[in-house]
Amino acid sequence: METLLQQIINGICQGSVYALIAIGYTMVYGIIKLINFAHCDIYMIGAYAGYFAVCTLRFGFTGTLLFAMAACAVLGVTIERIAYKPLRNSPKVTLFITTMGVELLLQNLIKTDFLAGPNTLAFPEIFALETYKFGDVIISNYQIISVLTTIVLSILLQLLVKKTKVGRAMRATSFDRDAAALMGINTNKVISITFAIGSALAGTAGVIVGLLYPKLTPAMGVMPGLKSFVAAVLGGIGVIPGAMVGGVLMGLIETLSKVYISSGFSDAISFSVLIIILLVKPTGLFGKNTREKV
Amino acid sequence: MKKNLRRVVATVGAMALCASCFAGCSEESAVETSTTSDAAVAEESDTVSMGFVLPLTGSVPNIGAAMQNGAQLAIDEINAAGGVLGKQIEPIFEDDENKPATAPNAITKLIEQNKVDVVLGTYASSCSMAMTSIAADSETLMISIGSTNSKVTEEGGDYIFRACFIDPLQGSVGAQFAYEDMGVTKVAMLYDVGKDYCVGISSTFSETFTSLGGEIVYEGKYNTGDTDFKSYLTEIKNSGAEVLYVPDDYDVVGLVAKQVKEIGLEIEMLGSDSWSSPDLISIGGDAVEGSYFTDHVSIKSDALAGFVDAYTTAFGEDPSSFSVLAYDAVYIAAAAMTNAGTSTDDAAIVAAMNELDEVCGTTNYKFDELGDPIKNVIINQVVDGAFEFVTEIAAG
Repeated sequence: METLLQQIINGICQGSVYALIAIGYTMVYGIIKLINFAHCDIYMIGAYAGYFAVCTLRFGFTGTLLFAMAACAVLGVTIERIAYKPLRNSPKVTLFITTMGVELLLQNLIKTDFLAGPNTLAFPEIFALETYKFGDVIISNYQIISVLTTIVLSILLQLLVKKTKVGRAMRATSFDRDAAALMGINTNKVISITFAIGSALAGTAGVIVGLLYPKLTPAMGVMPGLKSFVAAVLGGIGVIPGAMVGGVLMGLIETLSKVYISSGFSDAISFSVLIIILLVKPTGLFGKNTREKV
Repeated sequence: MKKNLRRVVATVGAMALCASCFAGCSEESAVETSTTSDAAVAEESDTVSMGFVLPLTGSVPNIGAAMQNGAQLAIDEINAAGGVLGKQIEPIFEDDENKPATAPNAITKLIEQNKVDVVLGTYASSCSMAMTSIAADSETLMISIGSTNSKVTEEGGDYIFRACFIDPLQGSVGAQFAYEDMGVTKVAMLYDVGKDYCVGISSTFSETFTSLGGEIVYEGKYNTGDTDFKSYLTEIKNSGAEVLYVPDDYDVVGLVAKQVKEIGLEIEMLGSDSWSSPDLISIGGDAVEGSYFTDHVSIKSDALAGFVDAYTTAFGEDPSSFSVLAYDAVYIAAAAMTNAGTSTDDAAIVAAMNELDEVCGTTNYKFDELGDPIKNVIINQVVDGAFEFVTEIAAG
């Protein structure tokens, strides 16, 4: 029983990282119906930005987190302005392929010696590891930080979307971009803000991952990126609370299938979730059925 | 109209691109068919060209750099002493990024384009196994430096040799050490199902350990690129294992060791030669302290003092066991060429390799019928962030 509890904690901790990345996928999809595959590499850049902040700028944890968030937000907005905005009225496939292009560009840029180089970097320890014992269950301060950061950021995001003027503009743009523009909302600005927030969250995930698994590689974003994408679809793509729940569920599915089904097949099981969801409930757990406009 | 024009331009562009691809392909196949006559061309050259395929970038760049330095040191020494058969050695280094998909490209370039006389490399067993058929087809001698999976020479054919011991030996010596020297009977294993190296070594470890009377209480398999091992480690905690066997690269081991500490698991760790890099300490920190691993050499041993001195003066850092293997591999190739009296006739060099029984680099080399050297296994321990010699276990 204690083992199961411990495994659930491991799963939630893993899932909190997926949740942070999944929010970015879901926000961008919600607002311009685009699956931004470059998002997983923004997360990777976040980890590298964190590395830079700790090693070169000698920031503490909060400083590192803020630096990575800012760096990723700027990067996200820049990518949107340069690569996606000119194509906003082109066919969906064009945009979709562009996101993959940007993904490859980012991965290969970071590989150059001018930036980080192709080699694995070891993320430094920002603070020492401590473990706390509750009966037979052990929780580390790293795990607590990762889950707490996710919870706090999720609540802030929820407040932003539901209670502020910007949030209302975002919801309006997501509902109908043309009508929102007619009502005097600067949709370009709203889309930029969405990219900035989604990317900042991915940057946070990057720093947390650096803390939990101190190994940085240019391709580190690919696997978590795919799993977070599945998480976003699982929760209902376009729905922010759905992405959070989906992320945690993905973490749990992955961890528990490793332990109780087969360790070698855990990835296959995680990805079959995507297929099952698309077959059974394509809108995801929290998604509403909307009729396609003809 | 404008749109149409664009479309036309795009189509023409695409066609041109396709055409150039095909042109490239046909050119390449032309090169391939003419390789048989290249031996004659190479005969004229007044240098011995050695091609190296090493993991210079990617997940284990430290090992690649250690190998490159070791090889360079040997080449400089041989060249200063007059070269091989009076000819200077000219090395060409290629990168395989430690990826089985890149390694064949690297060796193909060396053989087809640079027309090297021999190929030395590489590190990962999966990469070497992707290279052996190319070396065998072009009848080029290949000496793998650090690939320990037994299939490398078994399936590679007559032209494939290696400078390191093989996994069955490493796995069984590891098991022997765990059972006899560490005195444990319950071991948990954790390995990457996607790497030939990990799977091979784990299976022999498990066989030997069970036949000695021990028990494998948990077997965790993860995928290449996984970073979270806490779910496995939680299971291991409840399995009552006294030792955790993790035969994987140092970067993965560093993560595993950290998480062992994170979930409060108190267990001794045992590993394999792929731990042998200073970066084990930089990623794993004090979490890897006290762990044991099987290795090719001990840098601290007296026999290597001369080599270590020369290496540290030349490169300003300590060598790893892979520097030693690369260093030895160059000497092996040079010795075989000298004995065969030729640097270009690979069949004669291979014959000389099979006859070889002399000191090459740091130790004596003699190959069995498969092309594997008959060597002892060293056990090292991580003490204060350095690798200390523990014991030496004989082959067989």
